[in-house]
Amino acid sequence: MASQATLTPGETSPAAPPAAPSTARRGPAGSLLRLFVSRREATIFVVAVAIIVYFAARTSEFYSYANIVTIVQYMAPIAVIGVGEVFLLTLGEIDLSAGQIFLVSPWIVVWLQQAGLPIGWAITVSLLCCLAIGAINGLITVLLNVPSFVTTLGTYFSLLGLVLIVSNDAQADMPGTTGTFGQIFGISSWSEIGWALLIVVALHIVLKRTRFGMHVTATGGNYLGAAEAGIPVRRVKVWSFMILAFGAGFIGLLDSIRIQSLDPASPGTTVMFSAVSAAVIGGTSLLGGRGTIIGATIGAIVLGVLEDGFNLIGVSANEFTLVTGLVILVAMAINVQLSRVGARMRT
Amino acid sequence: MTAIDEAAGTTPVLQTEGITKRFGAVVALRGVDIQLRSGEVLGLVGDNGAGKSTFVKIVCGFQRPDSGRILIDGREVHLHSVKDARAHGIEAVYHDLALVPQLSVYQNLFLNREVTTLGRLGWLSTRKMRAQAQAYLDDIKVSIPNIEAEAETLSGGQRQAIAVARATRQNAKILLLDEPLAAMGAKESALIIDLVKDLAANRGVSILVIDHNYTHLFELCDRVNVFQQGRVTFDRRVEDTSLEELTELMVSEYRRQVMAGHRELGDEVTAP
Ligand SMILES: Nc1ncnc2c1ncn2[C@@H]1O[C@H](COP(=O)(O)OP(=O)(O)O)[C@@H](O)[C@H]1O
Ligand SMILES: [Mg+2]
Repeated sequence: MASQATLTPGETSPAAPPAAPSTARRGPAGSLLRLFVSRREATIFVVAVAIIVYFAARTSEFYSYANIVTIVQYMAPIAVIGVGEVFLLTLGEIDLSAGQIFLVSPWIVVWLQQAGLPIGWAITVSLLCCLAIGAINGLITVLLNVPSFVTTLGTYFSLLGLVLIVSNDAQADMPGTTGTFGQIFGISSWSEIGWALLIVVALHIVLKRTRFGMHVTATGGNYLGAAEAGIPVRRVKVWSFMILAFGAGFIGLLDSIRIQSLDPASPGTTVMFSAVSAAVIGGTSLLGGRGTIIGATIGAIVLGVLEDGFNLIGVSANEFTLVTGLVILVAMAINVQLSRVGARMRT
Repeated sequence: MTAIDEAAGTTPVLQTEGITKRFGAVVALRGVDIQLRSGEVLGLVGDNGAGKSTFVKIVCGFQRPDSGRILIDGREVHLHSVKDARAHGIEAVYHDLALVPQLSVYQNLFLNREVTTLGRLGWLSTRKMRAQAQAYLDDIKVSIPNIEAEAETLSGGQRQAIAVARATRQNAKILLLDEPLAAMGAKESALIIDLVKDLAANRGVSILVIDHNYTHLFELCDRVNVFQQGRVTFDRRVEDTSLEELTELMVSEYRRQVMAGHRELGDEVTAP
């Protein structure tokens, strides 16, 4: 491998860091620690396995087919929006409106249908609207140079208000979709998670294997340096807002096709905060430059399993909320500690 | 040095004439004339506040001069941006600014010049970039144990080397280094000094270096210019000057300033 190519035996390199001693935490414990430091996903992976084992031991209902379907349906939107947020967090940004985009996209379909548009067109236009909302979030953020925290807080309330006004506070039914099309897009139990996995894998590849993904990391890691190198840092940000908005809108459509009814009063903050939590407990840094799609996905699994598991063993939603909060704090503390250890291992 | 002898009489790669710059009441540059020849390493020394960094920022297109001319290969150029300057082959390298800490060595070397396939999809040709990065670093004799290591994990000297390597790989012909050895240990400094000398001697890169350490400068440079209060007041090839001469120059400048200060305060002045 290229990594070993430089130092031929006997040659000492002026560039070599003061080798081994300081990095030396040898033995299995040391390499385990190194694994956790270099792969942020490792922590959350262990947590996920632990809680799955715990709930599976507590109740056999946990691994019933029906329950697994429940879990994956709960986690699918969190995973999709979560991995979208990974792009923004990597850029040092955040999108608080993503949950509301998730909710508004089926409403747009309903309104367009009422206006006489065929369902295919209504869905297409709705997704384009989501892209536009993402573009607005991004453009306001980069052109006015305001924190996306503020921009997306604004679009969050605007979208919430819009739905309340146009729907007249009345619930609505998602237009029926049937046949293979309906099965693929939401009705089948596995449709949502299938699409979610597809999106997760695609975005993982985009972040790690494409020029755009590298530019996302560069922009988030060193904004001025990236701009100096000629990377269109603003465009990178706007596209990332659009990717998240599209993903949120798309999974929102699938979710509502499955659930069938739309409630104008439900706020999108729940799913958004869950998504950001998934990203953060998965090891994505809020400081930018470091994002892991795999981590966010496992984070979504953790949240899904926790919610469902507590439900099964008869712990209320209130306690679940408290536990979620504690998990975020603990995961954050572990990640900060690991970065410190990482820094010490390097010097 | 042979590079200079060969180049003597030829057009300088970079020449400035009467560059001035003020910041409000502060006059940073009062007419700077320098000449940098092909493959030459030119050292700039001078007190803090003498204007060296300002000069570098002007030549790399980051700031605009109030007046004066910049000539590349004898032709006047107008540098409106860092991009402009880069298009003329001029690049200032600030190691702490240039690299993305979270990207690997080879990714940093290819930042925004990635090798990709699949056209607009921009699929990274990771293997190709790794191989090319390794080959290039070997070529300029920069030894990095692991080109997949994140830049963050490198030492200051290694980061500086990578930043310089990126600039030259992307065709920089004139490098501007503002205190590249600051806060570096002996080993680290040696790494950069070797790299700079190698780039100048073997690749014809012309290099302007600001440094406070005379020992480094004598080792590194073909020629030294002294900056005093926004002007170049002394220009010698290193073999025609000495540590003593430079030190004496700086000390007398210091005395002059102290006395000027006393005079302003109305003190009695007796030459020390
Ligand atoms: N952006 C700026 N605004 C105001 N004053 C500046 C600015 N940049 C430099 N100066 C002033 O110009 C003078 C020269 O500074 P500088 O070029 O940094 O000197 P040197 O690098 O030789 O130490 C100093 O008096 C400094 O305070
Ligand atoms: Mg300076």
